[in-house]
Amino acid sequence: MSTYLIKNAQILGGDAQDILIRDGEIAAIGRELGEAAAQTVDAQGLIALPGLVDLHTHLREPGREDAETVESGTRAAARGGFTAVHAMANTHPVADTAGVVEQVWRLGAEAGYCDVQPVGAVTQGIEGRQLAELGAMADSAARVRVFSDDGHCVSDAVIMRRALEYVKAFDGVIAQHAQEPRLTEGAQLNEGVMSAKLGLRGWPAVAEEAIIARDCLLAAHVGSRLHVCHVSTAGSVEIIRWAKSKGWQVTAEVTPHHLLLDDTLAESYDPIYKVNPPLRTREDIAALRDALADGTIDCVATDHAPHSLETKETEWAEASMGMVGLETALSVVHEAMVETGLLDWAGVADRMSYRPAQIGRLAGHGRPLEAGAPANITLYDPDVRAAVDPANFASKSRNTPYAGLELPGRVIATFLRGRPTVLEGKLH
Amino acid sequence: MKRHLISAADLTRDDALLILDTAEELAQISSRSIKKLPTLRGRTVVNLFFEDSTRTRISFEAAAKRLSADVINFSAKGSSVSKGESLKDTALTLEAMGADGVVIRHGASGAPHRLATWVHGSVVNAGDGTHEHPTQALLDAFTMRRRLGDLEGRKITIVGDVLHSRVARSNVLLLHTLGADVTLVAPPTLFPIAVDTWPCQISYDLDAVLPKSDVVMMLRVQAERMNAAYFPTAREYSRRYGLDLARFGRMQEHAIVMHPGPMVRGMEIAAEVADSPRSTIVEQVANGVTTRMAVLYLLLGGSEPAIGGDQ
Repeated sequence: MSTYLIKNAQILGGDAQDILIRDGEIAAIGRELGEAAAQTVDAQGLIALPGLVDLHTHLREPGREDAETVESGTRAAARGGFTAVHAMANTHPVADTAGVVEQVWRLGAEAGYCDVQPVGAVTQGIEGRQLAELGAMADSAARVRVFSDDGHCVSDAVIMRRALEYVKAFDGVIAQHAQEPRLTEGAQLNEGVMSAKLGLRGWPAVAEEAIIARDCLLAAHVGSRLHVCHVSTAGSVEIIRWAKSKGWQVTAEVTPHHLLLDDTLAESYDPIYKVNPPLRTREDIAALRDALADGTIDCVATDHAPHSLETKETEWAEASMGMVGLETALSVVHEAMVETGLLDWAGVADRMSYRPAQIGRLAGHGRPLEAGAPANITLYDPDVRAAVDPANFASKSRNTPYAGLELPGRVIATFLRGRPTVLEGKLH
Repeated sequence: MKRHLISAADLTRDDALLILDTAEELAQISSRSIKKLPTLRGRTVVNLFFEDSTRTRISFEAAAKRLSADVINFSAKGSSVSKGESLKDTALTLEAMGADGVVIRHGASGAPHRLATWVHGSVVNAGDGTHEHPTQALLDAFTMRRRLGDLEGRKITIVGDVLHSRVARSNVLLLHTLGADVTLVAPPTLFPIAVDTWPCQISYDLDAVLPKSDVVMMLRVQAERMNAAYFPTAREYSRRYGLDLARFGRMQEHAIVMHPGPMVRGMEIAAEVADSPRSTIVEQVANGVTTRMAVLYLLLGGSEPAIGGDQ
């Protein structure tokens, strides 16, 4: 295995140091390191972060390989600085058996661009009625620890309670897509000024908040771990803050797009802005940013949701929900959190690497950059600014809401256990 | 004026008055034995109707034909649309046929916005989902003006299912632009959240608003609302929000009653009220043609005088 010497990287934005990578691990960190046999990577002016970890992506394989495959999705992930991604279970067939999660896991290992950790469905067929074989998925080669019916809410309180209880046996966590189904029948856009004006069926904040409140109480009652997917409202933040103040085992994620974009974008009726949960208001965005800064929201997760072009070139109500996000996530967090002074780079490392790895129980990821740790490293140039050009994406899909928007920063290199998956800004 | 008419908010006060004044000129034509003008000769107007709405389609068709435009009716039923063709492909087909104007009625809010990104011709919104129906608002304003004169400061009450009504949205925007004082009346369940940000008053109490109104516009309540807990029963709705004879009797003498149609007699409006001389319901239909003529003329052929050399 090659030896790499990263020269003059600013670890978490600190003073320039060298990082020596050997045998997949960080061998040494210090000034003026020398290693004759090593390939040198000039990281002058670049920030070194621990490899990013995403708790929430949709890689679409098996079933919708026209929109994304594990290979194309993990190439996109590597380009975005990620070394591990969780792949949601709402594939076709659904990842609700050991067989399917092992298939996804193997596809990830074969592609080799980043670790793919499958998420198992909570219920069979993500239909919300009967528990899937959670233990079999946990015991499989894929070692599933995160379970989610994402895309659907586990709305039945009894099923949710049982799922929370059951996964305690193997230190699992239920990642809930909090969406009360009756309150969101046919819902299209955050219910408020914009939905009223545009005549789009409202998607009330309470539909998310009511489920989060119930689930926090259930998690407390049975002493289990709850993870809340894609928190999108100020009210949800308040509830999670309260649950954490009680010492309950509740964690939460926010997407990059909910940190930056608001529902006024729907005025164009361009479904590129249609997403679940919907874009909310500036007030919600401010609350989400503050919550990510103070740790109430533990991490950023992309909810990378590739869709083929024709499913977005339609009327709003007909269009698919979701946005790709892996290749823009770090830049959006930079814009929304770092440029605003809410997080420093150590904070970014915590919210995009340490904590998501901890929630997902990924032992080999989310470790501080120090000697002896697996060499999962992202090198990021914070000083460039460029308009987002979807034509450059590695993802098979182009449904980004940021096309043409100028964002800061660029991932220059990504190392997965000492092997570069991205070097000089290009897939390696 | 903008190239498309998609929302009543696209119209400035001057735009709106120009359309209404032009419609007034064109109305004179309608009383002649030969109703046709050569103004849009050689232009093609496509009526693209994804929802059944015979009355609106006929109104636009008559308007375009009286201006001598070629009219193509494209209804979703029996066409490639019902076989799953996308709106975009339909738009590109129309574009290839050289449509100068596309009149679109669609069940999805925002469909005219999307269409406008794919065609070069002018797009006229003939009703999109629960969003807007700007030509209905224009014909309503035209009708009010003919009965009551200038709308500045006039008290206009719109009653019914505001939440799902494209007519209410367009009327609020246009009437506000024209300086009228609009009050929406409905049970709280049939207002959108954030309706307080609209440029109008809201009330849950029809009886309180009625005696002060110059215009009372009743909106249709669709049957599918009955089973969705918006109100307990049709009878209760009718008792609280229907315009029956007793309420009609408490209106000011000059006040008029409007309804965009189709109406449910006995539900939101009593038959005697609908048929009274102070009801403009039939007039609204006639005024629809002249108002839509004005819109098509101004969007598609506005450089020539509305009433050309034949005077």
